[in-house]
Amino acid sequence: MTATVSSPPLHAPGVPELSRRRRTRDVLATVMVHVAFAIAMVPLVWILYSVLGHGWHLLLDSTWWTNSQRNINPERAGGGVYHAIFGTLAQALICAVIAVPLAVFTAIYLVEYGTGRLARAVSFTVDILTGIPSIVAGLFIYALWVTTFGLQRVGLAASLSLVLLMVPVVVRSTEEMLKLVPNELREASYALGVPKWKTISRIVLPTALGGIVTGVMLGLARVMGETAPLLILGPYASSINTDLFNGNMATLPTMIRENFGLPDQPAIDRMWASALTLIVLVLLLNIAGRVVARFSGVKK
Amino acid sequence: MAILTGRPGPGTSPPPADLSSTGRFGDRVFHGLSTGSGIVVIGLVTAVGAFLLAQALPALVRNDANFLTDRVWQVDGDPLRFGIPDLLWVTVISSLVAMVIALPVAIGVALYLTEYAPPRLARPFAYLVDLLAAVPSIVYGLWGATIIITYVAPVQTFLGSVLGWIPLFSTENAITGTIFLASIVLAVMILPIITAISREVFAQTPLTHKEGALALGATRWEMIRTTVLPFGTPGTISAAMLGLGRALGETIAVSLIMGTTNGAFSWSLFSGGETFASRIANNAQEFDTPTKAGAFIAAGLVLFVLTFVVNAMARVVIERRKAFAE
Repeated sequence: MTATVSSPPLHAPGVPELSRRRRTRDVLATVMVHVAFAIAMVPLVWILYSVLGHGWHLLLDSTWWTNSQRNINPERAGGGVYHAIFGTLAQALICAVIAVPLAVFTAIYLVEYGTGRLARAVSFTVDILTGIPSIVAGLFIYALWVTTFGLQRVGLAASLSLVLLMVPVVVRSTEEMLKLVPNELREASYALGVPKWKTISRIVLPTALGGIVTGVMLGLARVMGETAPLLILGPYASSINTDLFNGNMATLPTMIRENFGLPDQPAIDRMWASALTLIVLVLLLNIAGRVVARFSGVKK
Repeated sequence: MAILTGRPGPGTSPPPADLSSTGRFGDRVFHGLSTGSGIVVIGLVTAVGAFLLAQALPALVRNDANFLTDRVWQVDGDPLRFGIPDLLWVTVISSLVAMVIALPVAIGVALYLTEYAPPRLARPFAYLVDLLAAVPSIVYGLWGATIIITYVAPVQTFLGSVLGWIPLFSTENAITGTIFLASIVLAVMILPIITAISREVFAQTPLTHKEGALALGATRWEMIRTTVLPFGTPGTISAAMLGLGRALGETIAVSLIMGTTNGAFSWSLFSGGETFASRIANNAQEFDTPTKAGAFIAAGLVLFVLTFVVNAMARVVIERRKAFAE
């Protein structure tokens, strides 16, 4: 936390009063930064308000959570989002199963083992991975999965492209957490003759667990909202598909995209309702992540 | 501290062997897994570049047009003709305008959160700004394409009537889903990124500098101008570039917002067009032949290189500052 320096008394005895120009500038700056913050809040409130306002009524319908869009065309109301929620959760889960071990071990390497050029190279590539546009991640998996291996565009391929986007988030947050684990803990463990791998797996990781979980949740929230790679790799389907290896699989983002730009009111309603569902899912994960971070983990 | 983590600090020579590791089976496995994961990450990034290059090359070889200068995009049929100048222009200008809009606001917000906000509220407020980053980009797309479009239109008309003599603001081929609108939405999307990093560097300003300025009789703004801003400048520059990198690669929001112009090119912000990312996304369902996909992969490769360069430059700026601060 930064210590806030309070403003000096503007007029102390014996000190000449501030010139009008200096005082005006000070007041102007104060007003400007407050305005900047207000400007930043406008889109957040506006987006939440419009998505909530347009989408809430469909979410109250129980079929929304239990049905798919099978046999429902844009002109007809009804159906639900079950198939898309399933797809989003399934792809995110598979993505996490691959990305989390890779990312956590990479972070362990960076903090506990890595030295010299290799560590710098790993750190640099994680930075590059952070900046890779999601559409490029999608193109890469397309080039690998479809063009090179000749496979179909299935749920698993979409999951793989999400792995590239999740890994850097988890690496960076895990790395931060591992660095916060006090060295006294490691020293004490080594002093008792505990081997390094046991020190890491029994002492360091459990201490940092809260922060790692937070990183995973934030990473999941990020990949669940990703649309670009799914446009290339995960064509929409209106029915439930539980097979990650076969057939098209719906996800919330592709369902929104599918209903975008149609003139029919039921489709427009569905678009906003699925956007609201996605936001709720992502925000819940996000808030849960912050709560975990708050109540566990390493205290500075 | 450096010795205990097994990570030598700058200037110290690395220890001959890792003393805390006993060479047991478990240690070797763990070391192997960690190092292996690091190498896999390097491999992934290398593979992205290599695969994109490998699949773009055949299409580039069969390209009849000049990839860098010709404004055509015919990827059906055999003599492929495709070039990227208009994609490059729309991508770069929309991101630059977004950065120009977002940067002053982000600096203001970062200053508010570090210097002005009541300490008790600074954290929850910072979290609210971070929530902007959590909103999925497709939702930004919906918001831009269906809600704020009606509010931005009068602004465009006004700007066009006042500044219309500059080609950048010409309203000649004005359409509704403009580059300008996309830039505004992109600005909102990169605002939390720039804010978060600027906030972090502003908060690191040495307290003694700030107290010194105040003790010399500076007002709060003069204190910020003479200590916080100079200290934070490199960090803010790199934050702006990371934001730029994000804007360059943004796909779905741009794709939903920006109308396509069907080949009519204009320098104006009030016309439409496609960025690298949105052209790939708009045609993603039609990748049927490897050469056709190759043309889009070539565009993706240029985007990858562009974001790579911007991000790497941002990192270099921030690394140099770190070295200076330590």
